[in-house]
Amino acid sequence: MPKRHERSERTLRRSAPIFAALGDQTRLALIARLGGGSPLSISRLTQGLALTRQAITKHLRVLENAGLVRGVRHGRESHFELEPEALDDARSALESISRQWDDALARLKSFVER
Amino acid sequence: MSRSSTDRIEKRIELAAPVARVWRALTDHKEFSQWFRVNLEGPFVPGKITRGRITYPGYEHLVMEVVVQKMESERLFSFNWHPYAVDSKADYSKEPPTLVEFRLQKTPTGTLLVVSESGFDSIPLARRAEAFRMNDGGWTEQVKNIEAHVAKAP
Repeated sequence: MPKRHERSERTLRRSAPIFAALGDQTRLALIARLGGGSPLSISRLTQGLALTRQAITKHLRVLENAGLVRGVRHGRESHFELEPEALDDARSALESISRQWDDALARLKSFVER
Repeated sequence: MSRSSTDRIEKRIELAAPVARVWRALTDHKEFSQWFRVNLEGPFVPGKITRGRITYPGYEHLVMEVVVQKMESERLFSFNWHPYAVDSKADYSKEPPTLVEFRLQKTPTGTLLVVSESGFDSIPLARRAEAFRMNDGGWTEQVKNIEAHVAKAP
């Protein structure tokens, strides 16, 4: 029991910056734009968002520090792309669906066995 | 075609009930509603849509909608639906659905049920991250939980 507790605590601590980074509408919007897969310039990412280039850059740095995106040099411009490891988030999402199935099947079990 | 680890979920469960009983619990929409916690309005018919309001506490604002694919008596029941459909205002109909399959097999003690859900990789990553955030009652909320947790046991 204590072991499991320690482990889940470690996982939580490691995930905290990711949760924090994504807990913001602008940053989610940026992730959504990068979801297409190809690297985009800061100007491209700023288009249509009611924020300055500097503000967007700041948000991108938060995402970068959380390991969700990475900057790539493209001539004189900085481009950003999704960090492949952001897939871990997809796994987390899958885990939450997986847990919902576990719950549903446990309910089915008691339903048919009663 | 090989599937990535993020494309598919599979669950196996042994049920101490005859195959016929499990089949009914899965395919009779009223029985399905009871254990799944939804209020399906109509029966499952291959090729047809069945929908109903979720009755699971905290998710009552959501409507679940499935398109039945196969109903091979006491063997296979499958449907398509939209996973992560957690925003009641969003239109998910243009997104690719996932496929849910229930496979039943008779065992000496009852029924082996194998449930799989596949097709997650076709759903944009950003949507999954966003849905996960909403699914868990908001990541902002989650961060607070994490902070409280870590503060309690540093």
